[in-house]
Amino acid sequence: MPKIKFIEADGKEHEVDAAEGQSVMQAAMDNLVPGIVAECGGFASCATCHGYVDEAWLAKVPPPDAAEEGMIACAYHVKPNSRLTCQLTVTPALDGLVVRLPVSQTSE
Amino acid sequence: MEERVVIVGAGQAGGELSAGLRKQGYQGRIVLLGDEPHPPYQRPPLSKGFLRGKVALTDLYLKPLATYERFGIELRLGTRVEAIDRSTRELALQDGSRLGYDKLVLATGGRARRLRLRGEETTHLENLFSVRSISDIEAMRAKFVAGSRLVLIGGGYVGLEVAAVAVELGLRVTVLEAAPRLLARVTGPEVSSFIEQLHRERGVDLRLGCEVQGFELDEAQRNVRGVRIACHGAAERLDADLVLVGIGLVPNTELAAAAGLAVDDGIVVDECACTADPNILAIGDCANQPSTFTGGRIRLESVPNAIEHARVAAATLMGKREPYAAIPWFWSDQYGLKLQMVGLSAGYERCVTRGSAGGKEFSAFYLAGRRVIAADVIGRPADFMAAKRLVASRAEVDVARLGDAAVPLQSLAA
Repeated sequence: MPKIKFIEADGKEHEVDAAEGQSVMQAAMDNLVPGIVAECGGFASCATCHGYVDEAWLAKVPPPDAAEEGMIACAYHVKPNSRLTCQLTVTPALDGLVVRLPVSQTSE
Repeated sequence: MEERVVIVGAGQAGGELSAGLRKQGYQGRIVLLGDEPHPPYQRPPLSKGFLRGKVALTDLYLKPLATYERFGIELRLGTRVEAIDRSTRELALQDGSRLGYDKLVLATGGRARRLRLRGEETTHLENLFSVRSISDIEAMRAKFVAGSRLVLIGGGYVGLEVAAVAVELGLRVTVLEAAPRLLARVTGPEVSSFIEQLHRERGVDLRLGCEVQGFELDEAQRNVRGVRIACHGAAERLDADLVLVGIGLVPNTELAAAAGLAVDDGIVVDECACTADPNILAIGDCANQPSTFTGGRIRLESVPNAIEHARVAAATLMGKREPYAAIPWFWSDQYGLKLQMVGLSAGYERCVTRGSAGGKEFSAFYLAGRRVIAADVIGRPADFMAAKRLVASRAEVDVARLGDAAVPLQSLAA
């Protein structure tokens, strides 16, 4: 099983086993990782599963589509490596992926 | 003795609370009781991808069963609670057993509102459906075959989502709405007419200002064969192979009321999700809470509300005070178009739009004075996120600039 490391804004790390084919968001939900809210359940409608993909992994994830880009454009605490984790599918190639989480998903 | 939190209702709110307590390091026992045979699941896809057959049953589950086990959440499914005994702090369960609690959280949700027709009992009808649970969809899905005639009673979001799926599956769809326009309770005329056109273009027979007067049944009295209606006073009969009723939700407050807790359009709670009984909380669709957003009391039926309310309750149970602060928002998907709504538009004074209804992407902003109190956004996700910020900030905006699509929305919140 690919491992994914989530790092909360305060530095707390959570390494979880993810299942191939599930979203990175769902891997966080299944393992009760704090810092991801996932209000819409994975349909790129809410931007509350926002995370920063570690620079070393950016090239290994497919680029965002227009809907995801639109949601991120005005999300909170956006950085150049911001992604909606519901739009990232877990594959063997992402074993070891590191995702940092914003200080808040829903406010400044 | 280890403290025990018992949560009644394994829906989105109950499930979220059980997880939230563990995330916050709660050490006591957590018992999550649900009357359905499924662990907490997402209801929004029921009327969208699940009905369409694109979303699998297990993909509806918010978390796999293994997660509850791993984190020590005692999930008891197929379990109904009959009564709350506040004096002994015990629940009476349907199987005759009793279950003690130290803290009780009512996350009982709601049920589909029944259609009331004078002199007609409709509960036994085999082709009459509502949309609330997995079993509702499983019961109706086999009848969603091309060519069938579907009569949908109620032009709210759930009904319209089902209409969109049905059209895509080749059914002949008629939507009956009592109000003179669709979504009249929650949106402005600009958005109503956009949605009306969206459905009419795809062949939905939309009847507004329409009253349902009765059903015609088959000989066995088990299936609806026709729906008698009156549109603007003109009587008509519509053929039907199946009928779906989507006329709203009734909060499940009976347990609370029978236990002597205050109920007024939902179980009455304070800003920390507490009832008047210090050991009983209520969250989600079933709860009526004070709203800093409207200044009054409110009962919301939405996933974001369930999640935020669960967060508030988890904090309360951990001995903290973190009052409800989120701005209400909602979403819908119809014919592949994404509709996102933020705030509550009731009482708005004017509506300003951006984009084009014809181009299938536009935003409607609802203003009270110069403040944006709500927005409906169709196919413009960046506008939705910006609108969320505008509504949350309560900032006054320049109305002319709000209506000028060349001005970035983010710049208006200053």
